[in-house]
Amino acid sequence: MKKNDWILIAAILAVVLVAFLAVNFFKEDGAYVVVRVDGKEVAKYSLSENGEYPLNGGTNILRIQDGKAYLTSATCPDHLCVNQGKIDQSGETITCLPNRLTVTVYSAGTNDVELVG
Amino acid sequence: MKTKKVAFLGLCITLAMILSFVESQIPVSVAIPGIKLGLPNLVMTFLLYKVGWKDTVIVSMIRIVLISMLFGNIQTLTFSVAGAIVSLLGMILLKKIDRFSCVAVSVTGGVLHNVGQIIAACLWTQTAQIAFYLPMLLFSGTVAGAVIGLLAGLMLKRFEKWKL
Repeated sequence: MKKNDWILIAAILAVVLVAFLAVNFFKEDGAYVVVRVDGKEVAKYSLSENGEYPLNGGTNILRIQDGKAYLTSATCPDHLCVNQGKIDQSGETITCLPNRLTVTVYSAGTNDVELVG
Repeated sequence: MKTKKVAFLGLCITLAMILSFVESQIPVSVAIPGIKLGLPNLVMTFLLYKVGWKDTVIVSMIRIVLISMLFGNIQTLTFSVAGAIVSLLGMILLKKIDRFSCVAVSVTGGVLHNVGQIIAACLWTQTAQIAFYLPMLLFSGTVAGAVIGLLAGLMLKRFEKWKL
């Protein structure tokens, strides 16, 4: 390995560190989740209410339990979205690529329309 | 193209396909989709130094098309191509600059592969929030790329006197 290799790796890791710090700094307890299909907001559910909701005509099932949101089933074969686990901090997102579906957490004070990007 | 080269590149495609398959059999227990070792990139990094970028791009694209036909679908093909194009571009450029070893080239490939796939995922779902995964993927891409790059360096050393 050359010295330049170390510099490049250090630079990338520095970017990663800054990104992690920024994400953690702006992270807040979530208040609700927004479900998007093909980029369009299709549903909004409060994290403070337990419940089970079929999404996108039943391709995925969203469960909200004890302030955390997670997907319990999906029609796709790999179930990556189910494996992504539980989310409850603002910005955290569960993605189901085959159904083009995402579930994103927002905190109480934010207007999700402004947060795009 | 010399017969020896045709045979060698054919072997490389096969090897890259086997590495793709091996990688798909490794269970990923982490919650972030897209984290992987990038084993096929071992072949691409090696080829980039041994036979040049044109043949490397051809081998990479054939591998992706064949693997998608065997195990994937149009979605996996789209994401593989997106990752491969961005990562190969970066690797070729970095090698052309000639100030880095194959480790940095491979790290760049790993990181840019993840960047390309996140961009593809954002376009695919029309949802920018997917960029939330990026910091974790940049980190895993760096580590995986470094491991693959060190391995590629060892291979290149052993094949130093070997010529096509």
